[in-house]
Amino acid sequence: MALLKLEIITAERIVYSAEDVEKVVIPGVEGELTVLPRHAPLMTMIQPGILRIGRGGQEEELAIHGGFIEVRENKVTILADAAERAEEIDVERAEAARRRAQERMAQRRMDDIEWAMAQAALRRALARLKLVERARRRRGR
Amino acid sequence: MLSLRLIRRRIRTVQNIAKVTRAMELVAASKMRRAQMAALASRPYAERMRWVLADLAETIPFLEPEQIHPLLRPRPQVRAVELILITPDRGLCGGLPSHLNREAVQFITQISCPVRLVTVGRKGRDFFLRFGHQLVAEFTGITDRPTYEDVIPIAQVAMQDYLSEEVDAVHLLYPRFVSTTVQKPELLKLLPVEPPTEKITWRYDYIYEPGREAVLAELLPRYIERQIYGALLEASASEHSARMVAMRNATDNANELVKELTLLANKARQESITKELLELVAGMEALKAQR
Repeated sequence: MALLKLEIITAERIVYSAEDVEKVVIPGVEGELTVLPRHAPLMTMIQPGILRIGRGGQEEELAIHGGFIEVRENKVTILADAAERAEEIDVERAEAARRRAQERMAQRRMDDIEWAMAQAALRRALARLKLVERARRRRGR
Repeated sequence: MLSLRLIRRRIRTVQNIAKVTRAMELVAASKMRRAQMAALASRPYAERMRWVLADLAETIPFLEPEQIHPLLRPRPQVRAVELILITPDRGLCGGLPSHLNREAVQFITQISCPVRLVTVGRKGRDFFLRFGHQLVAEFTGITDRPTYEDVIPIAQVAMQDYLSEEVDAVHLLYPRFVSTTVQKPELLKLLPVEPPTEKITWRYDYIYEPGREAVLAELLPRYIERQIYGALLEASASEHSARMVAMRNATDNANELVKELTLLANKARQESITKELLELVAGMEALKAQR
């Protein structure tokens, strides 16, 4: 069976690169999206969330914060604004970011742009925390 | 002729200067390597982005002007432009800052419309403030080690001023890193975005989700950010390599001076010995003559 070549690139570095990926589950703007080998050429946007990579029967997870995904000829290229593995996440910083965003949203005296920004910050923080939480649970088992 | 003591004191001073410049050279060398690595690491992203944009922009020639995304739409008349000038924060890097400032002055005097100036780096800011040129925004503390987060506010200023029709074009002036010894000021047109026209060797019918325009609208700001980020990395590599070369020259000059001064000191020492000997002999002769 054909496998996927996956590259996750941010402006600062290549975060992930592998040639033997079985599937990728992406938090797309239109909802969660699974890419399997022989997927049709596709270009779409990503929203902050958890990216799951199936490789060699194992599943890896990364927190991802917006960007683009391009699929063609069994090649998946993700141009991410930021992407991190669970062990790279600073939990305290993510917690603080979540609290800040929630406090800001609780004030409710803001225009649409501020609201959207707070919401985006919250979503990023939540994605980070969720990933860490899940990684921890898996290790515990 | 200086006295021996004074010469010795100067030798010590120059030796100390050589130590300092040597240390600065080493620091600049390691920072330059890091900047070059960062520039290299950011290349794949830039490349992909260009391809995607080239593909997305294909339909533009067939669109009506008002259908084109505002960041892409060229203005029929250029009434004001913005110039983003990237310079080092600190001196002691040879002629780099003055080279850039001169280039910026030339740009401003040659263009026939008002220029709104945004400076990144202390050297450019101070230069233009001294001449009483207004700045619309200034950023410092970035070029030593640029990160992607530093880019976002700069891109915001550029895009806001363009979209609010404050200006009709935005240019970027930065030192391009050619080699360790050569840095060339380069002018880049940031806005309106001119999509890359490179020949695309592949052709795919992408499914765009949620749509071609939506993807393009998301991509364009990132493309602009990426271009500024690239310029900052180049500027950082240029600054550190210019500083490294300047400091190496300074160290060499100081060592040369130490050599010359040592020669001078030896000569002075010899002279004083000869003089003492002469006095001694003269004294003895005088005593002999008296007898």
